[in-house]
Amino acid sequence: MTVATMTDWNRTRIQQGWLARLFDNKAFLIFMCLLPAVGLLTVFLTYPLGLGIWLSFTDTKIGGTGKWIGIDNFEYLLEDPQFWTAVFYSVFYTSVATFGKFALGLWLALLLNRHLPMKNLLRAIILLPWIVPTVLSALAFWWIYDPQFSIISYLATDVIGIRDKPFDFLSTTWPARWSLIAANIWRGIPFVAISLLAGLQTISPSLYEAALLDGSTAWQRFRYITFPLLLPILAIVMTFSIIFTFTDFQLVYAITRGGPINSTHLMATLAFQRGIAGGELGEGAAIAVAMIPFLVFATLFSYFALARRKWQQGEAND
Amino acid sequence: MTNVATEVLTPTNATAPPDDMVWESRGRRMVTIYVPLICFIIILLFPFYWMAITAFKPNAELYDYKTYNPFLIGSPTLDHIYKLLFQTAYPKWLLTTMGVAFCATFLSLFSSVLAAYAIQRLRFRGSQYVGLGIYLAYLVPPSILFIPLATTVYQLGLFDTPLALILTYPTFLVPFCTWLLIGYFKSIPYELEECALIDGATRLQILRRITLPLAVPGLISAGIFSFTLSWNEFIYALAFIQSSEKKTVPVAILTELVSGDVYQWGSLMAGSLLGSLPVAIFYSFFVDYYVSSLTGAVKE
Repeated sequence: MTVATMTDWNRTRIQQGWLARLFDNKAFLIFMCLLPAVGLLTVFLTYPLGLGIWLSFTDTKIGGTGKWIGIDNFEYLLEDPQFWTAVFYSVFYTSVATFGKFALGLWLALLLNRHLPMKNLLRAIILLPWIVPTVLSALAFWWIYDPQFSIISYLATDVIGIRDKPFDFLSTTWPARWSLIAANIWRGIPFVAISLLAGLQTISPSLYEAALLDGSTAWQRFRYITFPLLLPILAIVMTFSIIFTFTDFQLVYAITRGGPINSTHLMATLAFQRGIAGGELGEGAAIAVAMIPFLVFATLFSYFALARRKWQQGEAND
Repeated sequence: MTNVATEVLTPTNATAPPDDMVWESRGRRMVTIYVPLICFIIILLFPFYWMAITAFKPNAELYDYKTYNPFLIGSPTLDHIYKLLFQTAYPKWLLTTMGVAFCATFLSLFSSVLAAYAIQRLRFRGSQYVGLGIYLAYLVPPSILFIPLATTVYQLGLFDTPLALILTYPTFLVPFCTWLLIGYFKSIPYELEECALIDGATRLQILRRITLPLAVPGLISAGIFSFTLSWNEFIYALAFIQSSEKKTVPVAILTELVSGDVYQWGSLMAGSLLGSLPVAIFYSFFVDYYVSSLTGAVKE
């Protein structure tokens, strides 16, 4: 009886032995665990990134292999006014939209940080523009910006009566640019507001009590307590926001497709138009590669903001 | 106490003495908080209201603001939605989008759980650098990848198949999920795993029986976030899919429904509304998880 159970026990142990041992080998286990994630990222992120840089030095077209042409693509782009318009508008779009998003988002976060009824419901509603697919809300904006049946024009002409003809949102250069920026700000506010609200909630109320006892003004409390303590999160959220606004594609592609007369192209939409729609993969890749310096700059900004946070909190790691 | 302190947070009026700020009058609170808040909500929600109301308006009302008030519907109609569901491939697009979003989410969660576990719990030499590498991958936006990715996808023979999207979406989902899960794993006491190790559990048993059940909130957050991001993805779906019936909803609406010079705003808005609803409903069940993933990722 006893002997039988003993052998049974031994046998099962030996059976799962080689697999169990293999998975208890730490090096093998680590390798297996990292394989799916690192594999996916290598094949579909690192390799294409390298390939993109290589493509930008070739004259590859869709359906054909290109040959090395050095920096010809970049030289061509440097003399291309359309490229410079796209660079200008990308920078302008990013800076104005980021400023707008953060000014309004911070304001909204400060409002939400107060004691309000139905706070959770409010938060859920406010995040909606961020949840809904950008292209679909962009279509709604396109309809709102309609030259004939714009609801904003209707309000301005027929209800309030401050204008006698409808607004011309998308058919001339500057109005189209501002309209796109407004749509981008609309979409970005929720993310900024909810992230900053999380930051605000980590600030200890006792700091405000102490400041209140010292007779501070509301502006002083904002300037010397809220703002400095919010800065680390603000910096990170801003980096992400800058990166994703600068490389924005959907909004512009859905609403104007770069028109009128190519004045609202961002670098991403210009890269798509030349690379995929126009078939000049090499040139499109060169435009995409030209975005990298801007992104590196934004990432470094993030890195130094993080370093500052560690220093402020007196922490060594994490 | 907390109330009073948070009350004074907004710099509503820089010159007012602090006492006024603490004991705000009802009217003042009204003007400084509720009025701006209501404006924000109206502006943030108006495009959806407009989308919904357009989807149910008959064409006669849609283009006649003189006789009908544009903010209301005179005689609601399901024509646009009917046309969308039965005269276009819309149901097919919806199914494709859902399938792609589920598969991409599953694939990303699977690889991120393993990667996060390895980085956070199986600590090895260089694990920080792998973590940093994955974080940096999050900073590479799809807009600079889609051209070379299109050629990669073509070389792999995946062009114009849903599999191309399922395999490329993890490039932006995995970094995010891994970082979120590393944060969650960090909060699980290490002692629990040590106990299990002493009891003779293998590493994989520990992951399956101890760490994962405790990290369920993190998994849900990461899952919701991945699902909505995959549903919203546009540029890869636009570049890698060509045949009409394999397109995802956002791409299909923009490329298939927008045709000619006269835009069918009724069906366009109905399409946008139907395309937004699944993700909005899905989100409404898990708002708190969603918010925690959004803010958790930022704080990491």
